[in-house]
Amino acid sequence: MTGAPPRDRPILSVRDLHLAIAGRGRHTPILRGASLDIAPSEVHGLVGESGAGKTMIGKAVLGIQPSPARISGGSVLFEGRDVTHLSERERRALMGRGMGLIPQDPMTSLNPAHRIGAQIADVLRLHLGMDRPAAGARALELLNEVHVRAPERVLRQYPHEISGGMRQRVLIAIAFACRPRLIVADEPTTALDVTVQRQVLALIKRMQAQEGASILFVTHDLGVVAKICDRVTVLHGGRVLETGETRRIVEAPEHDYTRALIAATPRHDRPGDLLRPVPEALTARLNAEALAYDAAHGSHG
Amino acid sequence: MAEAAVSGARRPRATGATTRRLLTNRRVVLGGAVLLFFALAAIFAPLLAPRDPVEQDLLLQYVPPVWSDEAEAGYLFGTDNLGRDILSRLIYGARIALFVAVAAAAAAGLLGTVLGLIAGYFGGWIDITISRLVEIWMAFPAVLLSIVLVAVMGTGLHSVVIAIAAIDWTRFCRVVRAETMAQKQQDYVASAVTIGLGRARILWREILPNVVPLLIVLFTLEMGIAVIVEAILSYVNLSLASDFPTWGGMISDGRKYVNQAPWLMILPILCVIALVLALNALGDGLKDALDPAMRR
Repeated sequence: MTGAPPRDRPILSVRDLHLAIAGRGRHTPILRGASLDIAPSEVHGLVGESGAGKTMIGKAVLGIQPSPARISGGSVLFEGRDVTHLSERERRALMGRGMGLIPQDPMTSLNPAHRIGAQIADVLRLHLGMDRPAAGARALELLNEVHVRAPERVLRQYPHEISGGMRQRVLIAIAFACRPRLIVADEPTTALDVTVQRQVLALIKRMQAQEGASILFVTHDLGVVAKICDRVTVLHGGRVLETGETRRIVEAPEHDYTRALIAATPRHDRPGDLLRPVPEALTARLNAEALAYDAAHGSHG
Repeated sequence: MAEAAVSGARRPRATGATTRRLLTNRRVVLGGAVLLFFALAAIFAPLLAPRDPVEQDLLLQYVPPVWSDEAEAGYLFGTDNLGRDILSRLIYGARIALFVAVAAAAAAGLLGTVLGLIAGYFGGWIDITISRLVEIWMAFPAVLLSIVLVAVMGTGLHSVVIAIAAIDWTRFCRVVRAETMAQKQQDYVASAVTIGLGRARILWREILPNVVPLLIVLFTLEMGIAVIVEAILSYVNLSLASDFPTWGGMISDGRKYVNQAPWLMILPILCVIALVLALNALGDGLKDALDPAMRR
């Protein structure tokens, strides 16, 4: 774990990002000036409830217009370069060696019509220009690295023939295949059952340490964050409420909302303790703050 | 990691599982067998047909089929009004019927699939243009349109094939468009976009393979339709000259002698029915058998 705040120049810097769904005279803000920095080799958790805008930040980082929303202000600097207004060609060039994605749902994120081996090899051939035999050999290596059992067989199998946990391992192999410098992991364990979750988290952490990549880890689960992330950003209503080192956030949260989120996370040391939802009064206060922000920043709308 | 072993044991190989599902589907097996029967007859027609299908023997007119008392040896299904061997004509007729079926379904499928993929994937004005074209096209009565087309292009097999393809590409286009739109929403397409694959590549390499099972089904059903349309066109003498042994032409000729020699008409009708039923059963069976494999 990197203890101190990032000393190096950040590999990813989200600066005052505004994003809104606009249309027919209505303007619905999604992100209200969100900022975060990720240092090289840092695993950065992005935590929030559904609707907080976590996934939108993830998409913006990957250079995808998060339709139907539009980026209305701010920037996303990847290695100093703004990725919010890349052409499709520039964005594609950035993928693979620059960035990778671990998607949310392993059950549907692989193409059902292609064999596992071909899907891994395709990425290698596309971004690294490998020929077919080299890509095949590297795909086998990758499956070994992500601890897929009987990798030679899995290479020849179709996605529906292997379990969800195995599919997520394959997707992790694809994400790391071209040794990207940044990986966006969009709730990568949410669709998995708990025992598999742990293994997959451990795997992501190990691959990250081995490759030295940075990870933007989008999740709603602070328990997952505590296991894997160096630093955390807490998001609500498209605003960053708190950001800091994971241990500090978990042990001494500064913001009431972070405290409420921690209270809402099941813990092994409090067996039988009921889960406490985020208090309504707090949610109401945060929503009021968000609206006040919109009123004060009318220029973005 | 234990789960790999479990799932591996349960389903050893996808291709094996799909094959098994196909072979245990009664409609696939039955329809496939009948289709194979006609296909073999068509391919080996010169070897199988006992006589030249156009050779006339005016001394042996209206010979009834073998189950009749007045049957002649060597004429299994009898002869027609010009003394031509009906079995040989039916066998050669299968050749024409299946050629038209395959060629017309392939041409219609190619045109419809390309336009359907483009409309479904790109959406917007491209989709609107193609979809309106399909709707206008479908507003024409199909049989009338095919008769007009053949009348304009002149009779002959290629005209029949072109006419069927020109009318029925809309079937492929509509279904492929809808399926492409559905596939486009799938996470694997979003992943492919994120990973950095180009649009043409996503359309051909990622989406099209997932549409193929549907295409196989449509192709089979379209073959059935093409057989009927070819029969209709040759019935009204817009296919091949009546010398050529087409099933529709045989039905048309037989109609005139239906009182003296009903088998002239009944036998080719049975062939059309058997082949079309087989193709429809095969298509429906394939739909059931291929669906679960691709949709998991």
